[in-house]
Amino acid sequence: MALYFFTPFIAIILTILGGGIIFYILGFNPIEALKFYFITPISNLYGFSELLLKATPLCLIAIGLSYCFKSNNWNIGAEGQLTFGAIVGGGVALLFYNQEGFYILPLVILAGAIGGMIFALIPAILKTYFNTNEILVSLMLVYVSKLILDYLVVGPWSNPEGFNFPETRQFSDSSRMPLLFEGLRIHAGIFLALAAVMLSWFILYKTYLGFQIKVSGLSLKTAKYAGFKGKTMILVVFMISGACAGLAGVGEITGPIGQLHRMISPDYGFTAIIVAFLGRLNPFGIIFASLVVALTYLGAETAQIFLQIPKYTGQVFQGMILFFLLASDYLLIFKVKILSLKKNELRH
Amino acid sequence: MYKNFFRYLISAIFLLGFSVNSNADFKVGFVYVGPTGDHGWTFQHHEGRNAVEAAGIKTTFVESVPEGADAERVIRQLAQSGHDLIFTTSFGYMDPTNKVAKDFPNVKFEHATGYKREHSNVSTYSARFYEGRTLLGHIAGKMTKTNTIGYIASFPIPEVIRGINAMTLAAQKVNPNIKTKIVWVFTWYDPGKEAEAAQALIDQGADVIMQHTDSTAPVQTAEKAGVWSFGQASDMQRFAPKSILTSIIDDWAPYYVERAIAARDGTWNQQDTWHGLKEGMVAMGPYNSAMGADLVKEVEQLQKDLASGKVHSFTGPIYDQKGNILVAEGKVADDGMLAGMSVYVKGVEGDIPK
Repeated sequence: MALYFFTPFIAIILTILGGGIIFYILGFNPIEALKFYFITPISNLYGFSELLLKATPLCLIAIGLSYCFKSNNWNIGAEGQLTFGAIVGGGVALLFYNQEGFYILPLVILAGAIGGMIFALIPAILKTYFNTNEILVSLMLVYVSKLILDYLVVGPWSNPEGFNFPETRQFSDSSRMPLLFEGLRIHAGIFLALAAVMLSWFILYKTYLGFQIKVSGLSLKTAKYAGFKGKTMILVVFMISGACAGLAGVGEITGPIGQLHRMISPDYGFTAIIVAFLGRLNPFGIIFASLVVALTYLGAETAQIFLQIPKYTGQVFQGMILFFLLASDYLLIFKVKILSLKKNELRH
Repeated sequence: MYKNFFRYLISAIFLLGFSVNSNADFKVGFVYVGPTGDHGWTFQHHEGRNAVEAAGIKTTFVESVPEGADAERVIRQLAQSGHDLIFTTSFGYMDPTNKVAKDFPNVKFEHATGYKREHSNVSTYSARFYEGRTLLGHIAGKMTKTNTIGYIASFPIPEVIRGINAMTLAAQKVNPNIKTKIVWVFTWYDPGKEAEAAQALIDQGADVIMQHTDSTAPVQTAEKAGVWSFGQASDMQRFAPKSILTSIIDDWAPYYVERAIAARDGTWNQQDTWHGLKEGMVAMGPYNSAMGADLVKEVEQLQKDLASGKVHSFTGPIYDQKGNILVAEGKVADDGMLAGMSVYVKGVEGDIPK
């Protein structure tokens, strides 16, 4: 059991080693490259604040996903729920354009969470009542949400003074996340992520719902035998998951971006799947995992700026982390045994 | 392209020999929206960067920077890590560029295709691609048999509408029956969508395909269908050698070298640049021999006249789709009108998406 929580660290160490080898093959000094990758980005206050900024949406989404994954519900469409949450939240922000009021930002955030929740309910309802595959439905809905966003920012919501460029107006200050420090971009959204972590720890480990989720994840048949209402639980975990993704989306648009356009998320919804597993679907583990994965984004930028290492190594690192994690899990669960074939078996 | 390369190589050697007072630490940063690749928008900016390197100035680039929250961090990091001049090469970097420029008054910023210059250390630049479109229109008007030109458009921004109008006006001049059919794909790069759009236009009778998108899918679709096409941003001839009549080439190299040297020597100042055929920011690829020598000669003459200012792409009388006059006879459209262009001229079919 202790090893179970230890494998993520093994995976990270293997990723760093693997990364070093790749850098060496590419002709870079591996130690120097790794330093630019993992240390330089966070060597000052600004860099560290950017790390937290980047980790916030990843952490939020991954927390939400952990409910689904723990209970054997494969919600792959967090990116879509993030987008739809941003659409609904952004819509409210535009509705209150140029208005003052302390209530506006909470309304915008709430709208974002509800938007994500509604969008996650679609695969959940289809799964519970029509037996569809939630992996496919939630994944395909990602494209639907992106097309809706495209339509809105090109058409009805585009900035009237923006020469038809596909973007909305900049939100007014009343619907922007308050900044925590002057001159840094880190915003109040990080408290949403931390609150989600605390609340999730409580729900997952201290409530009946959490117990249901755990049992369903371990064995659906047992859950049924115990008389758990499977359908309600599926709906609830999808709603929580969607709400978290929606919050992440609304945090991005009311935080660093400040408007709606077509590129609100560099696929956070998909990367968060890696974060969720690297964090062992444990709320506190996810905090740690979101920081590690956020660092691969920042590191890729720094490595390109200082050493001109292609930025795509960031995605290679993310892929390697997941690969090594799954591989070490596999080796942890199964025992490798080399079988030698006996001579008489070969004759057949 | 090679001609330019050697030009800069020679100037680079020259500069290396004579740069006595140059600042050894002077560095230029580039932010790209896509991968450097082998054709298209980002590739051309990368070629410009290569020219700056060849001129003996150190450069750095960051590719595939999303136009969302990440752009500001990348630009800021470039500014923090000792870059003195930073080119941000996509429209979506407009607000992040201005935001970072505020915090780094000693660093110079150059933003491509934007209109915001909120601080004195931000310049903007773009190219008069519409002049190239005028040449394409002339060729298309002469080459079409069905009098129908298909146009794959990205977003209904003035830049794209200007290209559609310039092309249509030039085509009408040589062939009054020209109709322009447009498919809006709402993307700058999506080979699948672009190929579908090209096929749809061909099915509607277009025998010349033009694109304001970045992939080679439209020219390849045109090649397969046996219709004419034009390359975009880079010389795309090798992707569809039979079909491509010529390409509009974005040549940022002269501008980048000039601005980098100005920034290094302390003569850089804020400006809004809009260069065209005259300055070489817009260049034409090789002409397809299928055009015939006469047409090539005509086009080359027109190119010279556009460059010298003898001919303007938007010379009146110009009418909108309903027949209202936009530019009176004998007048030419001014830059303000061009910059905000948001209506089609007569002869373009359909409506601008709202």
